[in-house]
This record gives sequence, structure tokens and C-alpha cells, in this order.
Amino acid sequence: MELIANLTLQGVQMLVVLALAPGLTGLVRKIKARLMRRRGAPVWQPYRDLARLLKKEVVLAENASWLFRVSPYMVFAATWVAAALVPTFAIGLQFSWTADLIALVALLGSARFFLALAGMDVGTSFGGLGASREMMIGALAEPAMLLMVFTVALVAGSTQLSNVVAFTASGEVGIRISMGMALIALIIVALAENARIPVDNPATHLELTMVHEAMVLEYSGRHLAMIELAAALKLLLYMALIGCVFVPWGIAPASAGFFGLVSGFLLFLVKLAAGGAMLAVFETAIAKMRVFRVPDFLGVALMLGLLGTLLLFVSRSL
Amino acid sequence: MQGYAFDIAHMLAGGLVLVSFMMIYQDRLYALLNTFALQAVLLALAVAWQAYIQSAHHLYASAALALVFKGMIVPWALHRVVQRLGIHREVETVAGVVPTMLAGMGLVALSILLMLQLTQSAESAIAREDLAFALSVILLGMLMMITRRNAVSQVVGFMSLENGLILAAAAAQGMPLVVEISVAFSVLIAMIVIGVFLFRIRERFDSVDLEALDEFRGERR
Repeated sequence: MELIANLTLQGVQMLVVLALAPGLTGLVRKIKARLMRRRGAPVWQPYRDLARLLKKEVVLAENASWLFRVSPYMVFAATWVAAALVPTFAIGLQFSWTADLIALVALLGSARFFLALAGMDVGTSFGGLGASREMMIGALAEPAMLLMVFTVALVAGSTQLSNVVAFTASGEVGIRISMGMALIALIIVALAENARIPVDNPATHLELTMVHEAMVLEYSGRHLAMIELAAALKLLLYMALIGCVFVPWGIAPASAGFFGLVSGFLLFLVKLAAGGAMLAVFETAIAKMRVFRVPDFLGVALMLGLLGTLLLFVSRSL
Repeated sequence: MQGYAFDIAHMLAGGLVLVSFMMIYQDRLYALLNTFALQAVLLALAVAWQAYIQSAHHLYASAALALVFKGMIVPWALHRVVQRLGIHREVETVAGVVPTMLAGMGLVALSILLMLQLTQSAESAIAREDLAFALSVILLGMLMMITRRNAVSQVVGFMSLENGLILAAAAAQGMPLVVEISVAFSVLIAMIVIGVFLFRIRERFDSVDLEALDEFRGERR
């Protein structure tokens, strides 16, 4: 009986991330539009877009291989699993033992791998260009993410997200400059990975600057729907990750009853809305940087992660 | 209390190392000077915190000296110098930013390993950790001096090296106030002398790029 309840809870968590992801994207777009004094599309526009794309037929290039047709589902599946593993409203769910931070990085890495392969598959110049840029960004963002993971794991004594959250929520962390550095590193990595503004512009098809959009240019119909949903899930994943590791207050512990879960869920919604609003303000306030400045930007994240680990090493060895 | 005191000391000293890295990362002169001022303010806070936990009142004077001299007068004077020199504001570095950063990380790791080994007999955890960070700041200042071509940013590197020395002195409970004051004044004098030199170099070579000096001595090309 208990197993069934736990499985249901885990299922709810998986459905919640899937259901909320397009809404978060829509919210960020709406706030950005309002900040630019435009009216903007309604928040639920991404849901409508997805529904419309799912109904449309798929147009395939003549020389597209099976890889091109499989990739959207692979990308979507890997991203969905990764997003469902991050604690959103409760910790200690049924599958929380698999929610390892390093596994999370690996899942996102394989999603990126398939997307880049698909970008190169059809053989158009845009796809190859987008794929090579994505790999350049990934080659710097992934080590930075891993170093940030090491910092957090050294502080919390575990790479399992549930334990990390339980530790940071307990207030035993104290004042740690390493955690601050890890937070900034994670924010930079999240901006780069989600193709947000200083690195890439998610709203444009301007050929000189695009990275993510260039890779998915050949996709249409339900394939495009899968990729767009995966992108939305990835944004939600990073926000939930930042929220649960660095702002863990209000997340329901494993023993919480029904009301604990509901309040955890409401707080999660508040956190997502706050994160979305901050992202929109940040994106409106700054300009996109040149592609060849991106390594410097991500180098900061890498350096912060490394420095955080080193500083932690000092305070531990005393 | 001990854990709390250690956490804040760790945070301030770690912040100093972080700001040293920020200085290596800056590629505009004014931004570099502002970052240097930030480092001085952080240094003042770190020294004041040391004064509080050691209840050593003369360290408050050190903190005030750091704040006034290095947080205000020196950056302001350097701003004036840059303005008067009319040099263009981008800093040319010898190597790229990323290799320099990696070298810096290596130096930090080296100084931490070295200091934690050397100070094993010391009983105070805060002093050991501050000494390790102070050595990092010193080495990063030196790194900045050798990777920058512009004379003004080399001066900033020199000053930040001195910041590391003050941190070490405050943590090791050693430096008397007289020494502290005389060091602060000699830094100020050095600053004036270097300023005069800067103008002389500019008059002679029309630039403060120190590669011009190499050429003059016949060491290159």
C-alpha cells in the first residue's frame, strides 16, 4: 500500500514538471514582453503551440537518416527523466536514490549529444554550425557544472540530491563562501545551457548569432514539439535545481503529510514564478555577447567552481 | 562562537582571493581600479573582523588605514593618472584570460598546499587559513604584474600584493601598529614615485606599454 502511494507521488512529480514547463517558458516570455512595453502572448501560448505542432505533419529532408527521426524522442526522454529526478515540492520520493547530481549531468549531456548529431545529420550548413557551437559551449559548461556539483557534494557529504536538499534545508550549512560561488557558477551554466541571452537568444532566428535554434531549424511537426518541450523542461530543471539546493526552505520532507505536500507545491510555484521573473529582468537588462566572448563568460563559472572546491578543501583540512 | 567566527573569517579571506581573480579577469582600466578598491574594502573588513575576534584594538587602526589609503586615496589617484595620461582604457595582456586564470588556480592550490603543510604546528585554525589565502593573494598579485603589459595595471598588481601582506600580518597577530603605519605611508610614497615614473615613461615613449622599454634596452627584436 505504501509502495503504491510512493509510486503515485513520484508519478505526480513527473507529471507536474511536464505540465508546468511550457507555462514557465510562457511566463518568462510574457514578463519580457511587458518589460519591453509590448502586450505579449498569453502565458499559455506555449501549450497552444505544442498542441498545434503535434497536429501538424512532419516534413523530412530527403537525406534524413533514422537518427534524425529518433533524436527528438531521445532528447525529450533524457530531459524529462532528468527534470523528474530533481526534487521540486518534496524530497525522499520513491526514485530519489537515482537522483544523483552526476547522473543528472550525464543525462543532460546525452541529450545534448543527440541534438548535436541530429543537427549535423541533414547536412545543411546551419545545423553543422549550430552543433559545433553547442559543443563548444558544452565543453566548458559541463566541467563547470561538475565542479559546482563537487562543491555542493563536499559541503553536504553526498551527491544524492535528496540528501543534499535535506542537509541544506536543515540550516547546518552556516556561512559558506563556497556555496555562494557554486550558486553563481550554476546560474552562469544555466544561462548557457538554456540558450538564454548573454550566450544565445532563444527568441530569434537571426542566423549569425543563433546556437540552439540553428540545430533544430530542420525540424517540424511533432518532432519540433518534442524538442520545444524538452527545452522548456530543461529551463524548469535548472530553476528547480537552483531552488532546491540554494533556496530549500518550504520543501516537504519525506515524512510530510498531505498538507506539507500541498504547501511545498505552492511554495514551488512561488519559487518558479520568482525565478522566471528574475530571469526575464536579467535578460532584458543585458545584451547578448559575441560568440567568442562566451568561453570567457563560462570560464568564470569554471573558475568559481574550482575556487569553491579549493576553499572548501582548506576549511575541511583544518 | 568558534565556528561562526571561523566561517566569517573564511568568507572574507576567500572573498579577497575571489576579488584577486576578478582583477585578473578585468580588461578595462577603470573597472580594474574599481575592483582594486573593492579588494581594499574587503581587506578592511577582514582585518576589522580579526581585530574583533582577537580583541586586538590596534588592528582596527590597520583596518581604517586600509580603508582610507587603499580603498579611497590610491584608486582615486590612479583614476586621475589614467585620465591625465589619456591612454586608451583596454588592458593588453601577455597571455589570454583563460590561461592566466588557470595559472592563477595553480598558484592558489600551491599556496594552500604549502601553507597548510608549513603551519601544522600553529594552533589557531583561523590564522592558518588566513595565511594560506594571504599567500594566494600575494602570488596572484605577482601573476598580475607579470601578465600585464600596461604600467598602470602592474601598479595595481603591486598594490594587491601588498593587500595580501596585510592580511597575513593581521592573521598572524604579529605586526605592531608603527610598522603598519610606516608600510601604509611607504606604499603611498611608492605610489607617488610610480606616478611620476608613469608620466616620464609616457613622455619618452608615447605609451605606458612596458614592451617599449624592452625594445629600448635592445632585449627584443
